[in-house]
Amino acid sequence: MTDVSSTPLELRLDRAPPRPPSAFSNALVFGWRAILKFKHVPEQLFDLVMTPIMFTLLFTFVFGGALAGSTGAYLQFFLPGILVQTIVFNAVYSGMGLSTDLSKGLFDRFRSLPIWSLAPFAGLMVGDILRHLIAGGLILIIGLILGYRAEGGIPGVIAAFALLVAIGFGMGWIFIVLGLLVRTPTTVMTAGFTFLFPLVFASNIMVQPATMPGWLRAFVEVNPVSLMTSAIRGLMAGNASLTEVLLALAAPAALTVLLAPVTLWLYRRSDR
Amino acid sequence: MNDAMRMNNSSSVAGQAAPAISVRGIVKHFGAVRAVDGIDLDVPRGMIFAILGPNGAGKTTLMRMLATLAAPDAGSASIMGHDLASAPQKVRASIAMTGQFASLDEDLTGRENLLMLARLWGYRGRGAKERADELLAAFDLADAASKQVKAYSGGMRRRLDIAASLIVTPGVLFLDEPTTGLDPNARQSVWRMIRALAGSGVTILLTTQYLDEADQLAARIAVIDKGKKIAEGTSRELKAATGSGFLHVALADPPRVDDARRLLEAHLGGKVQHSAEGVQLSVMAGTPEAASQAIAALIADKIELADFSMGSPSLEEVFFALTGGGGRLAKPEGDDR
Repeated sequence: MTDVSSTPLELRLDRAPPRPPSAFSNALVFGWRAILKFKHVPEQLFDLVMTPIMFTLLFTFVFGGALAGSTGAYLQFFLPGILVQTIVFNAVYSGMGLSTDLSKGLFDRFRSLPIWSLAPFAGLMVGDILRHLIAGGLILIIGLILGYRAEGGIPGVIAAFALLVAIGFGMGWIFIVLGLLVRTPTTVMTAGFTFLFPLVFASNIMVQPATMPGWLRAFVEVNPVSLMTSAIRGLMAGNASLTEVLLALAAPAALTVLLAPVTLWLYRRSDR
Repeated sequence: MNDAMRMNNSSSVAGQAAPAISVRGIVKHFGAVRAVDGIDLDVPRGMIFAILGPNGAGKTTLMRMLATLAAPDAGSASIMGHDLASAPQKVRASIAMTGQFASLDEDLTGRENLLMLARLWGYRGRGAKERADELLAAFDLADAASKQVKAYSGGMRRRLDIAASLIVTPGVLFLDEPTTGLDPNARQSVWRMIRALAGSGVTILLTTQYLDEADQLAARIAVIDKGKKIAEGTSRELKAATGSGFLHVALADPPRVDDARRLLEAHLGGKVQHSAEGVQLSVMAGTPEAASQAIAALIADKIELADFSMGSPSLEEVFFALTGGGGRLAKPEGDDR
């Protein structure tokens, strides 16, 4: 234990506050924090990429032949879907991160600073977007190695990734709100996955809805996850229609409009 | 020092003559529980003011409201002349809060934490780095600057936490139980920092459940119990209000503590307080004559005394008297006073 008893407090207290920073630069600081987290907690990347890689390999090689006649044909169908699934599952992590921050009192400091209220959330979103791009990129590379071909070419892939980021951004709000409401990170994860599993499985990610019973097919066809998957498939194959893309964006846009104000309200009000 | 004042002035013209903190009838309830039940406070600029009370008295809730972290259900408050309800962003610009639990990012290093906050305050590039390094040096953390905070000791964390509150010198610094869980050495060093800050014009509102902390640091003390302020004054005033003639008796004969208590109560009429271990008894004696008669009665009953003295009550006894024995305050571990 170092003896600090001899240390006087020699600190320049005389600085007037600098020019107040813009909301944008506040958000950038939180983005920088998210990037530092990758450096200091590299384990989170492992979580992030292992699950989708396992899913890709298992589904392709275990079910592929049975579902689509050959693993190659199934991969062509499944890869855009696993991208959507990965991004949607990833969105849970920012809610968990938020819940962790809240349980440790760090956000009390942020909330008592004269900064743009939504800046900490913008930072979470920056972290999310990076996670989405890293995970999506890795899956695409594995897909390409296994024989997946994107007929839409590079522009199609770029458009698909842009749409994925928009989807992740929209879905992220659900878990941010959950993170603000629930204090234990593991509960956020459990609640998140309980909600997401039916949504992801009762969609057209893994199988064509044609074989499902009528009532389920009716749900699958309007499931936002199916709409997102159809648009990503279309973009990567180079034959997406504008309607498909707009339908895929409907849920993320609605979530943002609805939940961003809720987030702000919960954040300001949270009298824990 | 003057510059700290200048900063406050520049942030508010109306605030020049206003007290640092002014609170009227502030209330906060959680469900049916009135955590803070109508408290008034006035803290002049540059003062160290302590809010003293047991766990659950409402200290933290009161402080969180003043730091804009919780909205009051009734009442009003102004900080450095800014109204809490109508100008929370101005309040935030003139305060800093160090919570009970370190408000730091454990995954980042000490320097990264300070850099992040400096940037949020508007320091850029080199300026942010310089400010972070100045703070690290002043708080004796330069050697640990590039360690992750999760590897810090309790005392280091607390120092970094306070450093993080001083990036821009606040008009009012809120410290919620600044030394809870610290060893005596680290405690002394936090006390020194608090005094140094107050010496340079920062108003400090701190909560504590340690009487000696309030006694040693604060110019004024408000005693809070069950959401209400039950007393306020200087440590001397609080002691005087309880009466000065206190008899303290230490027994060499612990098993006879109940006999001793009965005798003292019979002779002096007051309620006897005893230490947790039971060998130290204190009671209001009124006059020295009454006290000596009580001591004589103990000796006559063959109760062995280790020590006895007359004096003013300790703050703990004051608190005991004020709350009617309802709340017990914590004794700091390794109290080396």
